[in-house]
Amino acid sequence: MLELLTDPTVITVSLGALMLGLTSGALGTFAVLRRQSLLGDAMSHAALPGVVIGYLVAGGRSLPFMLLGALTTGLAAALLSVALSRRRGVKSESALGVALGTGFALGVVLLSYVQRQPGAGSAGLEQFLFGQAAATLRSDLITIGVLGAAALLVVALLFRPLKLVIFDPHFARANGYRVQLYEAVSTGLLAIAIVVGLELVGVVLMSALVVAPAAAARQWTGSLTGMVWVAGGIGAGSALLGALLSAAVPGMATGPTVVLVASLVVAVSLLVAPRRGVPVDGA
Amino acid sequence: MAGALVRPTLTTGGNLAAQTVGATVRYGKVSAIEDVSLEVPTGVMGAIVGPNGAGKSTLLKLLLGLQDDYDGHVYLLGEDVAQSRHRVAYVPQRSTVDWDFPADVLDVVLMGLYRGLGPLRRVGRAEKAQARAALEEVGMADFERRQIGQLSGGQQQRVFLARALVQQAELYLLDEPFAGVDAASEVALVRVLQRLNAEGVTVLAVHHDLNTLKKYFDWLALLNVRLVAQGPLASTLTAEALQAAYGGRLPSMAEVPPTEGLPRPSLGADATAGRN
Repeated sequence: MLELLTDPTVITVSLGALMLGLTSGALGTFAVLRRQSLLGDAMSHAALPGVVIGYLVAGGRSLPFMLLGALTTGLAAALLSVALSRRRGVKSESALGVALGTGFALGVVLLSYVQRQPGAGSAGLEQFLFGQAAATLRSDLITIGVLGAAALLVVALLFRPLKLVIFDPHFARANGYRVQLYEAVSTGLLAIAIVVGLELVGVVLMSALVVAPAAAARQWTGSLTGMVWVAGGIGAGSALLGALLSAAVPGMATGPTVVLVASLVVAVSLLVAPRRGVPVDGA
Repeated sequence: MAGALVRPTLTTGGNLAAQTVGATVRYGKVSAIEDVSLEVPTGVMGAIVGPNGAGKSTLLKLLLGLQDDYDGHVYLLGEDVAQSRHRVAYVPQRSTVDWDFPADVLDVVLMGLYRGLGPLRRVGRAEKAQARAALEEVGMADFERRQIGQLSGGQQQRVFLARALVQQAELYLLDEPFAGVDAASEVALVRVLQRLNAEGVTVLAVHHDLNTLKKYFDWLALLNVRLVAQGPLASTLTAEALQAAYGGRLPSMAEVPPTEGLPRPSLGADATAGRN
């Protein structure tokens, strides 16, 4: 056990998991409060073609390029679903479903095309489907850390406007806040929450790691600040535990393990947390 | 006939708290409001009244600068909305927000101070004291740590009014402040609005209850897509004007012609007892 904790790979995996879990958990708070869980799912599936394109552009496995590609196609899917849902007769869930399917299908097609190319340097691209913590490189930590830190800095600086715009957009706008700008910012934050975890958790399940910690945190706290911290903590803990478990078992995909841990936290929170179900008194 | 009561103008009056000139808002091909020239004098306790679908909320949103597409002109306190919005406080309809949001009562009231704080200054002791004073005034002082999801409708509305109170505005715009509110809360809300009004603050509320109109307000705009009538309540609330605004759908007030020369509105006997 002790040598496991000093193993360089284990240290890298742990640090990566902690950073991505903290980032996506904390940022997930805003997505959950804006009821954008499904948008997150569409964006994460639609990130796959971006990952492959980033790989092709960089001419090899380069996480910054792949995540930049993921951000681009993920946000493109978000725009596509907005454009579709403005059409008469297209409900927003249907629009999101179409965006998710289109993006993911495109990603899988690209992925199988690239993998059939000679050179086989593409081995490991399929890890972006379900995540593979053990493949995390030390240099990847910088990418994940910089993205996460930048996003959390934005949250810290814009905390009050984001809070106001999410809670009461009419009041915010009447007070002179540029509501659409802040909504765009929080959609951008959701995209970052997703792409930081693509390597370890994968496109299929990443949105669950964005949503689950916030859903659990809401059971424990009644303030937005508290929810951001608790969700960040739950995200970090789930990602760390899940990544270590999967790293200990050869060939075990990290994403499902991490998400199962996070789901367990949600279940426990729903059962034992004090907040919900308190009767209304004095009303 | 009723249209004669509307006086269109092309100048911004210095003593008007809110004004629209020829304002039209269309949703698709349907006009929500059509050619409305509203002139709300400074210092009134005003109500915007009309049937469902008359465009009352649209008119209020237009005044608040929440309406992107419109024809005509809008002035608040003699200026463009963008210039005057820091002198205006808005109390939205309760139903427009998700009360399951993680916040307690004090959090929500403090939101009224965000616009003056800027992005970096922290909410300090002075701000909290101001918020507590506002909660005290609406009778919610004991609830500052209560989750907003655990409030009754009337309590939520009082919290919203407290959030507007901390803004110390010259003009208060309220969207159906008494909708779904219990009697005690309604009394508390009206008392605060009348206190503000007595200090010279202009109040303009979208109102739905014709029965309390005379009791609470002294100025009236009757709307039914077009502006049917506007002016001091005593002279504006006529059977003809109501008929023109509501048509066949006239609610219970219809049979009761308004009394002439109504004095300043005051609360009913039960509420006056508690007035300070």
